[in-house]
Parts: sequence; C-alpha cells; structure tokens
Amino acid sequence: MENKISHTEHRDDTASKMGMWLFIFTELLLFGGLFIVYAVYRSKYSEDFHVAANQLNTFVGTINTIILLVSSMTVAMSVTALRTGNKSLTLKLLATTIFFAFLFLVNKYFEWGLKIDHHLYPGSELMLTLKRGELLFFGLYYFMTGLHALHIIVGMILLIVIYRKVQNGRLTKDDNALLENGGLYWHLVDLIWIFLFPLLYLIS
Amino acid sequence: MEVSAIDNSFLKHGTKYKGILGWLTSTDHKRIGLMYMYAIMIFFVVGGLLGGLMRLELFRPGQDIMTAQTYNAVFTVHGVIMIFLVVIPGLAAVFGNILMPIMIGARDVSFPKLNLFSFYIYVIGAILAILSQFLGKGAPDTGWTFYAPYSTDTNTNVVAAVLAAFVLGFSSILTGLNFIVTIHRLRAPGMTWFKMPLFPWSLYATAWIQLLATPIVGITLLMIIAERWFKIGFFDPNLGGDPILFQHLFWIYSHPAVYIMILPAMGVITEIIPTFSQKKVFGYKAIVFSSVAIAAVGYLVWGHHMYTAGMSTTARWFFSLLTFIVAVPSAIKVFNWISTMYKGSINLKPPFYFTMAFVFNFMIGGLTGLVLGSLATDIHVHDTAFVVAHFHYIIFGGMGFAFLAAIHYWFPKIYGRMYNNKLANTSCAFIFGGFTLLYFPQFIIGMQGMPRRYFDYLPQYEWGQVFSFFGAIVLAIGVIIMLFNLFKSARKGEIAGPNPWGGKTLEWTIASPPTVENFEEIPVITQGPYEYK
Ligand code: HEM
Ligand SMILES: [Cu+2]
Repeated sequence: MENKISHTEHRDDTASKMGMWLFIFTELLLFGGLFIVYAVYRSKYSEDFHVAANQLNTFVGTINTIILLVSSMTVAMSVTALRTGNKSLTLKLLATTIFFAFLFLVNKYFEWGLKIDHHLYPGSELMLTLKRGELLFFGLYYFMTGLHALHIIVGMILLIVIYRKVQNGRLTKDDNALLENGGLYWHLVDLIWIFLFPLLYLIS
Repeated sequence: MEVSAIDNSFLKHGTKYKGILGWLTSTDHKRIGLMYMYAIMIFFVVGGLLGGLMRLELFRPGQDIMTAQTYNAVFTVHGVIMIFLVVIPGLAAVFGNILMPIMIGARDVSFPKLNLFSFYIYVIGAILAILSQFLGKGAPDTGWTFYAPYSTDTNTNVVAAVLAAFVLGFSSILTGLNFIVTIHRLRAPGMTWFKMPLFPWSLYATAWIQLLATPIVGITLLMIIAERWFKIGFFDPNLGGDPILFQHLFWIYSHPAVYIMILPAMGVITEIIPTFSQKKVFGYKAIVFSSVAIAAVGYLVWGHHMYTAGMSTTARWFFSLLTFIVAVPSAIKVFNWISTMYKGSINLKPPFYFTMAFVFNFMIGGLTGLVLGSLATDIHVHDTAFVVAHFHYIIFGGMGFAFLAAIHYWFPKIYGRMYNNKLANTSCAFIFGGFTLLYFPQFIIGMQGMPRRYFDYLPQYEWGQVFSFFGAIVLAIGVIIMLFNLFKSARKGEIAGPNPWGGKTLEWTIASPPTVENFEEIPVITQGPYEYK
C-alpha cells in the first residue's frame, strides 16, 4: 500500500532539454565573470599581457582546439546514430569522443608540466618577480584553463555514464534525452575553449 | 511526523521508506519544501542568537562580553547565516517548493530528483558554513561581503566560508532552473501566462535572477580562493590586482540578490491581500510587469553600494539615477496592494496582520533606500547604523514578515490544522513592536554618526543601543510565542478544512494537507486566479 501512494515521475524530454539549455547559460555566465576580469586587466596592462601571451605554446593550443572540434563532431554524430537506432555506431562514436577528451587532458598535462618545470606557476618565486600584468596573465591562464579542464573531466564522466547506459540498453532510440543533453554539454565545453584559445594564445 | 486528518496525505506517505528516511529520500516537492523550512528555522534561531550576542555587547560602550576580534567573527557569521542560509533560499525554497506546483495545477516540479539534490547541496553548503567557524585559524572576520583585499589576507578561515557561499549559490541556481522549466512546462491546461497566480509569477522572475546573477558571484568567490591559495593577485593591489573590481563583481550579484529575497515576498503579499479583502487583485498585469521590471532593471544598480569606493563621478550619478528608477516598480506594487484593499471586506486574521506589518516596514525600508540611493545623502550615512537599519527593514521587516505571513496563511493547508488565532496575533504584535524598537533607533544614531560594524562606540549613541537591546528582547519573546503556537498546533490544532480563508487559487481547491499527488485529476483552467464575487 505504501508503494501505491508513493510518488511517480513522468517523462518530459522537452523539459529536460530546456533545463540543460538553462544550465549551459549559467555556465557561460560563470566564465563570463572571468572574461570581464580578463578584459579589465587586458586594457590596463596590455603591454604585459602581450609579452606574457607570447610565452604560451600556440602549437599545443592549436592541437587541443582541433581535438575538441573533432570531438564535438563525433558526439553530435553519436546523437544522430542513436536516433536512427544504430547502437554499435553510437558506442563507437561515444568512445571516440571520450578518447579525444582524454587526449586533450594529456596535452594539457604536458603543457602545464613544462610551465611548472620552468617555475612558472601561481605562487612560485619566479611569478612574484614578474611584472604585474604578466603575473595577472599567468594567473588568469591557469585559472581559466584549469576551470575549463575541470569541465572536461565532468564532461568525460557524463559521457562515460551515457556510454554505459547505451551499452546496457537504458538509452535507446526513443529515450535519448540524456545523450542529447550530454552532447549539448560537450558542445559547451568546446565553445568555451573556442573563446579561451584566441584570448590566451592568439592575441598578442 | 504529524498525524494528519487525511489518509493519503503527503505528511503520512512519502517514499517506500518510513519515518525520517521517508523524508530524506522523498522527491515530493511538499516534503522537500518542509525540510527546507525546518532547516531554515534552525539557522534563523542560530543567526538570531548571534545577533542577540552583538546587541548584548553593544548594550554599553566599551568591551563587555567579547573582544573586538570575536565581535568581527560574530557579525560575519551572523551575516553569512542570515543572508546565504536563511533569506536567499527562504521563500522560494520553502513556499515555492510546497505551493508553486499546486498553484499552477501540477503534480510536482519538472525535475523532482534535481529538487532533492538541490536540498542536499544546500545542506552541504550549510555544513561548510558551520565548519568554517571551527576549522583552521579562527572564524572568518570579513563580514558577509568578503571584501578584498582583506579577505585574501586575513589569517582566519575565509576559504571554507567562501566555499560555503559558492555551494549554496549552486543550490540556488538549480532551484531556479527547476522552477523556470516547471512553470513553462507544467501549468494546467488553460492556465495561460496571464491566468497564472502572482506568487508563481514572482518566483518566475526570481528564478531568472538566480540563474543569471549567481554564476557571477560564484566565479568571484572562486577567484578569492585562488588568490588565497596561489597568490594570483586578482584583487590584492600588492599583487597587481584591483579591489574595486572585486566590489563590482560582488555587487553585480548581491544587489540582484536582494531582489531574490524581496520578489517572492511581494508575491506572497500579493496572494494574501486579495484573499483577506475578498477582492480581485487590482492591476494584475501591472504587478506582473513590475516584477519583471524589478528583475530586469535590478541588475543595473549595483554601483550604489560603491559611491564611496572610488568610482568616477559619471558612474556615480548614473547609478544614482538608475537606483531611483528601480524604486518605481516597487512603488507600483504598494499602490496596487492598497487599491486592492480599498472597499474590500477585510478579514482581520493573523496572516493579514503580518501582511500589514510587511507593507509598513517595506515602505520605511524603501524610502530610506532612496536616501541611500542619492549620492549626496549616501556619502553622509554610508557605512553607518543607518544602512544597518535600512537593510534590516527590507530584509527582516520585508522578507522576514512576508515569511511569517506565508506561514500563517498556508499553515492550515500544509498541516490540515489551525493554530490559535489569539496567540498568533499576540506574537505578531510582539514581533512587530520588538522589531520597530530594535531597528528604528538605528536610523537616528546612524544619522548622528554611529558607524556600522564597530564593537565600541561613543557615549552619545548609548541611548539608541539600549532601546535596540530591549527591542531585541521583545522580538525574541514574540518569536518564541509564535514557534510555540505553530509547533503545538501542527500536532494538536483544530482540523482546518480545505479552505479556511475563502481563497480562490488552486491550492484551496484540494484537500488539507494535500495528497501525495496533489490532484486526483489535473484541473482545467477557464478563468483568472482571483475571481472574487
Ligand atoms: C527591495 C529590496 C531591498 C533589499 C532586500 C535591500 C537590501 C540591502 C542590503 C542587504 C544592503 C546592505 C548591503 C551591505 O551589507 O552593505 C543594502 C544597502 C543599500 N540599499 Fe538596499 N535593499 C532593498 C531596496 C533598496 C532600494 C529600493 C534602494 C534605493 C531606492 C536601496 C538602496 C540601497 C543602497 C544605496 C545601499 C547601500 C548603502 C551604503 O552601503 O552606503 N535598497 N540594501
Ligand atoms: Cu543594492
């Protein structure tokens, strides 16, 4: 009898997509705060920013941009694949996306590692001897890319959960809202990087 | 918990679990709302006790019961608890959760699990806030505003408090998101936007602020942590940062946050006044649009907190102008409330008394807001007790009284029982009288120059502090009477029936307390929400 009265949930795919869009909005605003800070300090210390930005490795940044763009594509393809009911293709595409995400992190690891080897990291002695604008630039660099990497990790976990669900048949052609939302989230992660990349690596 | 009159009431049945576990795992919006309410009441009492300690210290000039450092910690914790744990979630999380789905004719919110998740995030944030008092090198002493660079320099345990505020913000965002989607998707058939009751409308406007403003403060708080841990120097001038930038980022959220507190309060008042006047609400659309206008323009006035912080003159007069403009929609609401009551058949019951106290306090708070919004007068009273009086009139006198009005209005709906009217009126008189005695003198000594956040003062301000102290005692007595009345009545009160006040909105058409599914059959809406006579 307890069970009979207990609460039931109903499914509403439009609602869950709407929820995801709103969430993405707030994520953009979260980074928006950082962009404001970046803009303020860039205009205040444009010379120092210029000098500091030159020390970032544009090559690694470009590779990572390509990786994310491709992974955005594969995740979009996996959504379509699931819609047509092609389970094995969906799984393959999801696995590829997750692999790219991992590759991105590996790249990031080497990029950060190299900087840290050169004693360029927040709180280091070397940092404190830099000019104010350069210090702020590197601070922002670590903070923004770090926060972004955190989002990559969250996205990866989400995609892995989705992978498992597709695998054991709990996400299907007719019930694919979660995959669509996961895809949206991944596009967001990609989009933010598209903003970060020119701001940090290219404008100098 | 309470034994209710109805067999399948939500108070009896939640999930497959029984007892306390049945509450903690429930995704029923009404149970979640009540859990918020009990949590918030506990924090309110804790925060209130800290406030009482401050009043005791200020009773006499000089050091009496605590050191200056302890005083700093106490007002910080008091502020953090009251702002982030009590008033920001307050009405939306409690009454929004319990009643909004019912008022729009839905069985639950769109994402019931996310709703429960938000509650747990709230609990985690609360635990962090409390831990910040005991961990590390002493309780934070920055004030609830965490102004840099002091917050990035002080040795006290700022990180935990800042993290708590961040986590609580996350909970607030998710609640807002859930409400927006619910209001878009789950309104009963026939309930067009302009047939929706006004409390859900106010929650809708609020939810957008929660969504759009909270992330900014979230990132700002993370920057403080980064600065403390890694010496990045966003805000500390010694490291190349800019403390004014912190204030901008902080108030870009925190001014809209005052609307997160006050808009739902206005929504509650807008429900109560038509019911107790038995009259259609005057200017339904004006009320809707003023809510939306407050939500929209409210973003643009943050700078009025920074007149003395070193902004350009242009920015200052601009913010001053905008601040005056945002006062207009608030005034429209007061006008509409008064007009609704005009020639109504007014039913003088406790919810109505609390409502009148709200209107009175809110008018004083709003008018003194204009004093602060005017550049010239603000320079004189900035960071004095005048500001303390102003925001307590708005937050406590406004949002707080609206909360009390809401409890007394919806109590019979939630518990299916009625409280003692006489006791409720007595508690209202004590709370209102105590409140006035507590905060009004602060306006005067503030104008005379009593600074804010000082633990000692010159003898000429003593009279005001003494009045305030006794006000606090009267207020506390009132709160105790009220809690006694409500807790006792929740279990033993008379059976109330589904519609004790003759309300017209949907929640009064269903059983008290509501059943688990709210509605046997989803109603079809054909007319506006306030069709009295
Ligand atoms: C509507 C609800 C309102 C709420 C909840 C509210 C809340 C607050 C709070 C919490 C503070 C203190 C902030 C601090 O700790 O420094 C404050 C200060 C202030 N309020 Fe309000 N307020 C409201 C309405 C208004 C209105 C209508 C105006 C002007 C028209 C106004 C103008 C100001 C100004 C200028 C200050 C800053 C004073 C100073 O620090 O010098 N407020 N308010
Ligand atoms: Cu403000």
